[in-house]
Amino acid sequence: MSENRAPIISAEPRLPCGTAALAGVSAVSLRAKLRRLMPLHEEMRALTLAVPLLALLIVSFGVPIIALLSRAVYDPSIVNALPRTAEALQHLSAADPPGDDVFAALEADLKQDQAKGSIFEFAKSLNSRLSGARSQVLKTARLLAGGAAFSKSELVAAVPFWGEKETWSTIRGGAHGFTSFYLLSALDLRWGADGLTSVPAGEAVFLRVFARTFMVAALVTLATLALGFPLAYLISNLPPTLANLVLVLVLLPFWTSILVRTAAWTVLLQKFGLLNDALIALGIATERLELMYSRLGLVIAMTHIQLPFTLLPIYSVMRSIPPSQLRAAHSLGARPLTAFRRVYLPQALPGVMAGCLLTFILCLGYYITPALIGGASDQLISNFIANYVNVDLNWEMAAALSFMLLTFTLLLYAAFARFLGLDRFKLV
Amino acid sequence: MARSSAAEGPAGENLSSIPSALPANLVEFIEVEKTYAGHVIAVRRLDLVVRRGEFLTFLGPSGSGKTTTLNMLAGFERPTRGTIMLEGRSVDRLPPYERNIGMVFQNYALFPHMSVAENVAFPLSVRKVEKRDMSARVRRALEMVRLEAFSERRPAQLSGGQQQRVALARALVYQPSLVLMDEPLGALDKKLREHMQIELKQLHDQLGITVVYVTHDQSEALTMSDRVAVFESGALAQIGEPDALYKEPANAFVANFIGENNTLEGTIEQASKSSCVVRLRDNSRVKATPIGVMVPGDPTKLTIRPEQIRLAEPGSDEDTCLEGTVEGRIYLGDHQRLLLRLANGQELTVKIGADAGFQPGMPLRLAWSTADCRAFPASP
Ligand SMILES: Nc1ncnc2c1ncn2[C@@H]1O[C@H](COP(=O)(O)OP(=O)(O)OP(=O)(O)O)[C@@H](O)[C@H]1O
Ligand SMILES: [Mg+2]
Repeated sequence: MSENRAPIISAEPRLPCGTAALAGVSAVSLRAKLRRLMPLHEEMRALTLAVPLLALLIVSFGVPIIALLSRAVYDPSIVNALPRTAEALQHLSAADPPGDDVFAALEADLKQDQAKGSIFEFAKSLNSRLSGARSQVLKTARLLAGGAAFSKSELVAAVPFWGEKETWSTIRGGAHGFTSFYLLSALDLRWGADGLTSVPAGEAVFLRVFARTFMVAALVTLATLALGFPLAYLISNLPPTLANLVLVLVLLPFWTSILVRTAAWTVLLQKFGLLNDALIALGIATERLELMYSRLGLVIAMTHIQLPFTLLPIYSVMRSIPPSQLRAAHSLGARPLTAFRRVYLPQALPGVMAGCLLTFILCLGYYITPALIGGASDQLISNFIANYVNVDLNWEMAAALSFMLLTFTLLLYAAFARFLGLDRFKLV
Repeated sequence: MARSSAAEGPAGENLSSIPSALPANLVEFIEVEKTYAGHVIAVRRLDLVVRRGEFLTFLGPSGSGKTTTLNMLAGFERPTRGTIMLEGRSVDRLPPYERNIGMVFQNYALFPHMSVAENVAFPLSVRKVEKRDMSARVRRALEMVRLEAFSERRPAQLSGGQQQRVALARALVYQPSLVLMDEPLGALDKKLREHMQIELKQLHDQLGITVVYVTHDQSEALTMSDRVAVFESGALAQIGEPDALYKEPANAFVANFIGENNTLEGTIEQASKSSCVVRLRDNSRVKATPIGVMVPGDPTKLTIRPEQIRLAEPGSDEDTCLEGTVEGRIYLGDHQRLLLRLANGQELTVKIGADAGFQPGMPLRLAWSTADCRAFPASP
């Protein structure tokens, strides 16, 4: 499996655009400052400098995303395979059962597909929408290949599949090329003969996987916060040379590939691995824990990988809080805890928010770590997307899941921005 | 003291209620010493008293230990040795939040996430003051610094001077008897600084609080203070009223640091308690008032202020007469300053009436009275 084929959401965490190394201001205040500094035409000129970058972004990022996501709603496989049938269905209202003309068109289409050899492709794509359809289509095609012409009732008698409402609502759903099928499937919904319904309990999978993905992301975010906040506080209060040393230790994992770090964790988490040895030796656990292929192991490994992402924004915000703030609070009569809660914490909050959001969103896209460390029930949404892309070659479903993931992420971001204000996010 | 307008201000009532039995010394530093990392001496053997109700200023060059001393009083730093007494009790073990001292920081240290009113209410709310009482006191404190119209703004939306006044209101609203200010006007421009100096002084007079103020600006120290403590590299060089520091400096450092002074180097030739004869480098002799005990042969530094030097009348009999040549002249309207070079090569600045005209190269005879010329022991 190659990482770069997983669409849309890359599981490889990238360095956030504003880590401690970059000094910056929030976008809003920067714009206000720019406006004050230069008149509009100069701003335009500054913008022209960014044109190559924008063009690159659009070509290398925007266009592929849109092209890929459009596969979630545009699937011409049925209309390509059954052009005459699709045409005949146009004249029919949704409630009417298909008549002889539709069946004649269907037979002609299937004969042609059989002759062209594209029948297998069609059978497969219909099967992905309607399980069991594959064998029925191929059987019908073999029947028709005999050369005999079937009337509607004859065909239904030979292959009862064609008499079912479900079959025709599926074909009708794909007759335009545009389809809501994949998007609805990503939410475990189906637009069937009797309207919008949930898929049967046995087939429903994606809502659970989405919930699991968000759950794991939330757990990892909380764990990195619990570890990162005190550590960031410590580093920001150390003398500079020591602070740099600790910071380097925190950042060291950053400089190795995520694959290497994950592989290292598979060694540590083994039943007879270091972590279990340590737990036994310290008397924390009495028997060896199953950490590999478990949710706990997954969260541990992801927490380690994500720690710098949560810590750095918190640290850089904490570093910008002058020590006189706490001193002032103390001199005004606030006890240490009160001073921390009412003066320090509110000022550190934008960094906390930024770090948590960053980690949460990156966690939503995790792929390699769950694949290597998680068990079968710990696979996250990206693993499913990758599977659809690499194994099932069902790019429509992959696109639909990606689209949903992107939508959830954007909604989350919008909610954060709405309730907390974008300018309160401080990466630096 | 003018207490008319703000006698109803927050601390107005606390002035009249000072019981007369309280000790006159609010703060005492007893042999206080502070070293950093074992060897950096920030403050050395400091004995200092802050009197109740006074405006005391710590004045000194950068790095002389003013902030360190103030921080020890506020409780942010612990003395390495010695004791600090507040209201007659040692505060060595008292954390800053239990000292009930108001503090104004150089960068104001306003809380950026709180409005002006919330900032001022902060010390009251940590003291669990009742809501209604609190808002009334906040309002009065903001009225006192004339910022009642700005109560809902954030500190970032205020000018430097307004922020300064918020910091002041915040430090005064809980009626501390002692307020510390570490270069509170340092970030303001000259005009605003002078304006704020007057306001601060008025507040001090109205409220009857004790203020310990830190600055390295001597004119600020002299105009505002009841007493000034001059610091020199960690030690207290002299403490006294402004005019005493100016007229009777106790050592060469204070003589040079407060106001302008000419310094001449020489050796004691004869010494009595009230006067001495000093031989300068070119063997000319000068009479001076000795400060401290000196014996013939000691090296000495003479100081004489530019405005105390005059032109000797021809043929007159002066205590001290020196020959010099005019090197430069600055005309300042009401007076002029002459830069002279003495026969021995040393430079001398003279402040003199504006009427007389002088040309560079002109020879002059200078005179001053023995009382104005001080001879300090020269530190080796
Ligand atoms: N935390 C510290 N660690 C080591 N040395 C320090 C520390 N704080 C102050 N010092 C030293 O102590 C001395 C006194 O510093 P202090 O801040 O009291 O000076 P100051 O009189 O307030 O100067 P300024 O006018 O520049 O504010 C200085 O030499 C300074 O370098
Ligand atoms: Mg200082």
